[in-house]
Amino acid sequence: MADELLIPIAADVDVVTARQRGRDLAAHAGFSSGDQTVIAAAISEIARNILMYAKRGEVTLSLVANGDRRGIVIVARDQGPGIRDVERALEDGYSTSGGLGLGLPGARRLMDDFDVSSGVGKGTTVTMKKWRRQNA
Amino acid sequence: MEVPILKQGHYLIASIQSALTDADLSQLREALIERVGRFRARGVIVDVTALDVMDSFAVRTLRDIAHMARLRGSETVIVGIQPEVAFAMVQLGLTLKGVSTALDLEEGLAFLDRQTQLRIERGSARLDRG
Amino acid sequence: MATKGKNALPSPSDPQTQSESTAALLRELVALLRQNRTQLREEWARRITRAQLLTAMTEEEIFAEATSVYDNYVEALETGTFEALQAYARNLSERIIPRGVETHEVVGIVLLLRDVLARSLFAKYHEDFDKLNRILDAYEPAANRIANTVAVGFVQERERIIRQQQEAIRELSTPVLQVRERLLILPIIGVIDPQRARQLTEQLLRAIRTNRAKVVVIDITGVAAMDSNVANHLVQTVEASRLLGATVIVTGLSPEIAQTLVTIGVDLSEMATVGDLQGGIEEAERLLGYKVLPLEEVSPKT
Repeated sequence: MADELLIPIAADVDVVTARQRGRDLAAHAGFSSGDQTVIAAAISEIARNILMYAKRGEVTLSLVANGDRRGIVIVARDQGPGIRDVERALEDGYSTSGGLGLGLPGARRLMDDFDVSSGVGKGTTVTMKKWRRQNA
Repeated sequence: MEVPILKQGHYLIASIQSALTDADLSQLREALIERVGRFRARGVIVDVTALDVMDSFAVRTLRDIAHMARLRGSETVIVGIQPEVAFAMVQLGLTLKGVSTALDLEEGLAFLDRQTQLRIERGSARLDRG
Repeated sequence: MATKGKNALPSPSDPQTQSESTAALLRELVALLRQNRTQLREEWARRITRAQLLTAMTEEEIFAEATSVYDNYVEALETGTFEALQAYARNLSERIIPRGVETHEVVGIVLLLRDVLARSLFAKYHEDFDKLNRILDAYEPAANRIANTVAVGFVQERERIIRQQQEAIRELSTPVLQVRERLLILPIIGVIDPQRARQLTEQLLRAIRTNRAKVVVIDITGVAAMDSNVANHLVQTVEASRLLGATVIVTGLSPEIAQTLVTIGVDLSEMATVGDLQGGIEEAERLLGYKVLPLEEVSPKT
């Protein structure tokens, strides 16, 4: 399996593909089945955000190592309208789309590292990491 | 991928077979609500055993199904949520509040039987008093 | 090289000679070690005993292991590959770690073997200092790598065993017990850190599914303190159990914990709590439709 995967997001079936690839890669990297599920759910949320706010974009999946820690990195990138207030977008229940408002904050809770960079009119990039737990 | 909906007695059973897109989920919601009316179903079971992940959209759709069905006089129970899926859901903050859940199809049917029985009893008690 | 007299100080030979003859020298060395196997092996085992290493093992055992290590050692020198030695080192570690053999002992015996072999080389080549010098050039790097392989193999095996034991302790510390059909009890004792909380939840959810549990009593009488993280985890456990169709009853909340939870504002409104474990089990039985009666009330009167 390649260590970096790029999944274009332009339709709802791509959201399913992205999270399935993410789960496969996480399994390949030795994540527990609980963590595989968590990773798939987080990918689903941010991939859907691309679809909802930017219509199209991409998700890349790759593996990283830091010392003896192994992890998975997920980057979701779009050229959409961007987020005006990143702080607020990360608050629970805040939504401009009529959704549950759990997309970004939910994904952040599921992952170990979470970073959003966005500017109005400049698109949005979400980078998130999950580290494999020792002994798990 | 269309979800097959079975009618069994007074109940409708939707048994999800594979991963669903958002469109599939919306389509399931519409089909179920339409059939609740058409068959005058008293209960709805959605079997999600085959789902290996549930995100906010899936959970919102299931919640909507339960609420809409209730408005149309039908009780909904979600069955077969996998342990890992449940744990990921609560970490996401998705708890399906106000929606009934059961371990599997068998438990779901037993639950609906109890619920509809209770409703009938409550109804007749009200009649007795009146 | 010819200008170097027999009494010249030993120093690494020049690279050219080294590269052309390392293989040949190693071959010669291996032949020598094979030839003197019995004698060198005995000498090594003697030195191990004298140095009071591997005291947990009998002399016969030491000799048997010494033989295997010796043969693997020679083989690694001969083939230049370390896989077999690595596998042997792991296997050896697996056998001797439970008997209390320490890291310094393993490092010690490998260094002793190195010493024994080097001394045999001195004895053999002391007439030809130049040859000795070149033999040592060939031998030293290989010997260092061998020592390294064995020591690292031992340490890694130790770490693996420690991790395994930690895991086992953690598993033991959160037993999920079935007390009646469809009723599970999870007594939590001690300190809960995030990792244990997570593991506890995963274990409980799996047990709910396998045992088809409908009611779970989580007893936290034995939990001394709880911070907001752990409290939130408890709430998540209750919610996740409900998603599987099981009702959770929490028992044994101490006054201190109750006070903490209210102070830090954890929302426990959705959680069913009962004072103590007994009350919790009674409540669970009621939910499951059981009724416990004294025998005289049940047995038919004659």
